[in-house]
Amino acid sequence: MKGSSRHMQKNKLKAVLATAAIAAVAFVGAPTQAHAAGLKIAIMPKAVNNGYFTAWNQGAQKACKEIKATCTYLGPTEATGPAQVQFINQVIQKKYDVLVISAADQNAIVPSLNKAKAAGIKIVTSDADVATSAASSRVVAVLPAASARIGTAEVDWIAAATGGKGKIAVLSAAATAANQNAWIAAMGPYLTQKYPNMSWVGGTVDKSVFYGNDDPTTSTAQFDAILSQYPDVAGIIAPTTVGVLAAAQEKKAKSATVHVTGLGLPSQMAPYIEDGTVEKVGLWNPIDLGYVAVYAGAAAKAGTFTGKVGSSFKAGAKSYSVVAGGIAYLGDPFTFDKSNIETFKTIY
Amino acid sequence: MMSKLSALRGNIGWDKGVGILLLVTLIVGSLITPDFATTSNLGFVVQDIGEIMIIALPMAFLIIAGEIDLSVGSALSLVSSTIGYSFAHGISFGFAILIGICVGAATGALNGFLVNYLGLQSLAVTIGTMGLFRGLCFVLLGNTPVNQLPDFWTGLGVNNIPHTFLPWSFVLIAPLVFFAWILLHHTKIGRWTFVTGISAEAARFSGIPVKRFKFLMYVATGVMVSLAAIVYTLRFASASPDSAMGYELTTIAAVLFGGVSIAGGFGTMWGVIFSVIELGAIRSVLQLINFSSNALQMVSGALLLFSVAFPKVIELLKSRREARVKKPSPSLASMRSVE
Repeated sequence: MKGSSRHMQKNKLKAVLATAAIAAVAFVGAPTQAHAAGLKIAIMPKAVNNGYFTAWNQGAQKACKEIKATCTYLGPTEATGPAQVQFINQVIQKKYDVLVISAADQNAIVPSLNKAKAAGIKIVTSDADVATSAASSRVVAVLPAASARIGTAEVDWIAAATGGKGKIAVLSAAATAANQNAWIAAMGPYLTQKYPNMSWVGGTVDKSVFYGNDDPTTSTAQFDAILSQYPDVAGIIAPTTVGVLAAAQEKKAKSATVHVTGLGLPSQMAPYIEDGTVEKVGLWNPIDLGYVAVYAGAAAKAGTFTGKVGSSFKAGAKSYSVVAGGIAYLGDPFTFDKSNIETFKTIY
Repeated sequence: MMSKLSALRGNIGWDKGVGILLLVTLIVGSLITPDFATTSNLGFVVQDIGEIMIIALPMAFLIIAGEIDLSVGSALSLVSSTIGYSFAHGISFGFAILIGICVGAATGALNGFLVNYLGLQSLAVTIGTMGLFRGLCFVLLGNTPVNQLPDFWTGLGVNNIPHTFLPWSFVLIAPLVFFAWILLHHTKIGRWTFVTGISAEAARFSGIPVKRFKFLMYVATGVMVSLAAIVYTLRFASASPDSAMGYELTTIAAVLFGGVSIAGGFGTMWGVIFSVIELGAIRSVLQLINFSSNALQMVSGALLLFSVAFPKVIELLKSRREARVKKPSPSLASMRSVE
């Protein structure tokens, strides 16, 4: 028994050594790949299988066609930094020229982005940026609009609906949602300054926020809670696609008179805009985000765009310039109402 | 006892089988894509599997001893969060790492205590602590990850050993792997592990302090998880409360695919080591040939199912053949006589 196990041990060792030897041989040869004629661009969402990013990729592919680049849409199935890192490695390994990425984790992917940068890959973050301290890891960030502007634009929309008067409440996502909190913070002072006849239902904006947790059922319940707690509420801003949809549905079901606006997907909001339940919602256009980011990356690779503050690049007919923090903003959020919903509901 | 023995027989070649599969993957991989068999890619693969490899070693011991730990991913995150929290509150990074290791050992001690001294099911206990540790991460850090760790330390996590293609973590992992192999297959502790897994009762009768032994095994798991957490934190240059999501399942899948019996009592360290490397290698190959990431997800699941089903099928075939040999059918007997 002992002898046979020792024998096996020996065999095992042989197998191990053989494996190691072949592995070593297999890994030593490092053939270099010839450079392709057109640009090779990787388009990496936080996670594939997400409708928002499918639209984002549509825009990217459109730009790729225009500049005759080869674009590959690749990324993880779960939106985490470590999962994205494996794909960034792949981008380095396959010697892409440009990486357009929506950062699933603002820190964890930074070391890998730095490696990609060192390998000569031009990186553009789009939709979601890396941490401010890591801004140097990419050429530029292409983002929808400054946080403050997203918040204040929503105040303008609700003011247009209520005729610039009445009490307003907010139906947000989760209490910890960083984006929503930044937008809401910008709404508070803007409303009081710009619209003297409007006010917050709870006195201040902080006391007028209800959290639907981006869950349809909770959002509906919170919508009802706003109506019963503040029967005189004139308008509700829902800065989340889930919240604004729930609000529109419930408003219609209850035949409520309160005005509703917020950030909504045109495809989801179309029935409520068409029947007048909601006058107007807005959202940036993920198609534009992808489109502009590809142009930024291509320009950086060509050496015509540095990403420095004040520098600019062209995407289609428009020119975009870089502001503090190395960011290029698309501009004001895009709005959808009866006049254009027909077109956009089929797009995203 | 009997079925265990036959499972043992059916399993004998499994670890070698995984080794051969790894070999095939390496060869096929280098043939079908020029980007696979390069030093830089090897570096990526080594870095990619580092944490899983470190955790798979104690996990192999635990599963062979008839226990399991589902809290390793959350515990890794808790250690990482502790390091980040300590550093953000002005403690030097080196000392923060020491605190992290203590917290890691404590997570293992808690699991070990609940399982061994309160006699609770390890599956249930560690599902509970998985949630507990993850919750603590958010208590510590809230929703704000800690970044801008000292360059010296993140350099260790991110850069390669000078003049090589191997990441610094290799310096830590290679000795650990070797040590784990020696410990399982060439020491008393290894023998105790197998005996405990086959029958805790028998182990007790033969004088093994089973409770204390398994308690210490959990503590050791906690310490190993801390080491993985250090590698993880440095590699991603940040500490985040949602670190290492799903690592427990990846690790357990790798251990089982390596031929360790989920029922305990059987397994080899080489099988586990090959298995972890194989999972990294196959993912790399599939990614480099632009395999869709949805399909990629299915591969590790399929491999695991295959590894669980294959020995069982062999066993069934064998017992059927044995039955046939014992009671040969007339036609078979006549054929034999013709021969």
